[in-house]
Amino acid sequence: MNLNMTLVGELIAFIVFVIFCMKYVWPPIIGAIEARQAIIADGLAASDRAAKDLELAQEKATAQLKEAKAQAAGIVEAAKKREVQIIEEAAVKAHAEKDKILASGHAEIDTERNQAKEELRQQVAILAVAGAEKILERSIDAAVHSDILDKLVAEL
Amino acid sequence: MSSGAEITSQEYIKHHLTNLSVGEGFMTVHIDTLGWSVFLGLVFIMLFRSVAKKASTGVPGRLQCAVEMVVEFVDDSVKSTFHGKNPVIAPLALTIFVWVLLMNAMDWVPVDLIPRIFELFGVNYMKAVPTTDPNMTFALALGVFVLILYYSIKVKGIGGFIKELTTQPFGHWSLYPVNFILEMVTLLARPLSLALRLFGNMYAGELIFLLIATIGVFQLPVHFLWAAFHLLIIPLQAFIFMMLTILYLSLAHEDH
Repeated sequence: MNLNMTLVGELIAFIVFVIFCMKYVWPPIIGAIEARQAIIADGLAASDRAAKDLELAQEKATAQLKEAKAQAAGIVEAAKKREVQIIEEAAVKAHAEKDKILASGHAEIDTERNQAKEELRQQVAILAVAGAEKILERSIDAAVHSDILDKLVAEL
Repeated sequence: MSSGAEITSQEYIKHHLTNLSVGEGFMTVHIDTLGWSVFLGLVFIMLFRSVAKKASTGVPGRLQCAVEMVVEFVDDSVKSTFHGKNPVIAPLALTIFVWVLLMNAMDWVPVDLIPRIFELFGVNYMKAVPTTDPNMTFALALGVFVLILYYSIKVKGIGGFIKELTTQPFGHWSLYPVNFILEMVTLLARPLSLALRLFGNMYAGELIFLLIATIGVFQLPVHFLWAAFHLLIIPLQAFIFMMLTILYLSLAHEDH
């Protein structure tokens, strides 16, 4: 164990190395490590947040989809109702139209029949006059006997 | 060994344990210890400085990764023991750990290699493991001891420090001198045990390497085993030195 000046030299070297390490080595390296740790922690937190956001968004989308489906079903239901209503309305309208047409047809027929009856009556009157003329073989004064004829026509 | 049949094993070992030195008495300087330790210290400083200069917060390269692993390991060790704010302790621990580790690692270099190379240049003595020189280990321990005293006085004040040295473990005033002696022994044992533990372990290891080198051809497997065993001893001694430094400095910061 011979302690000597080497000890002093080593002590100086030790102090110099420690001071250099303290000033120029330790701070940048530990700074970089800590900064990177912060970055990684931030990244992990952000990814956590993103995962939560995604979950929320998915839930929202599901809810919206459900709502949309319900709405679509409602719309279809309403459309069906409207369809039935339209058909009913159309049927009612058509019935009314039919009745109207039928009524007008009946009226036409009635007027035509009345007309025909009238004509027929007149024809019958003429025929009757003609027949009576033939039977009597002489002319009957139509003007004189018109009251009789009219009576006859009215009886037809 | 093969350094000639004319020298005995004893002479061989003695030769390998002699420092290359200049000067007489206390003024002696061990050139080899000083040279190798400063060289290895520069290796540490330059390696770590080169990483520190380019240190980026992005994806680190391989060297940066390796250096950061060491730095984080030291930082964790400091944080687990020392719960205060001190800008010196962590860099001090890093310097001690890496420097001592590198100096201890010189033990793995075959015992004859470096002395033989230097012999070619006419240098007769070369002891390449600086931590087998008590001057080296005592210098480290002394540096730590000065810091222990400095922080003890800075944190507790001179009065507080003296009070700590005298008023415990026994509370009665008549036993204060006994307390003082006990506490002084505790205090002085710290640097002494630091220095002697490292020196003793490394010196003994080196001595066994030298003994193994004298047993002829069988030295090869035995040397391998002993070197493998040093995979444990070398980092462990560096780690113990660092851990105890942190522990002693954190004790110096404790105010009762």
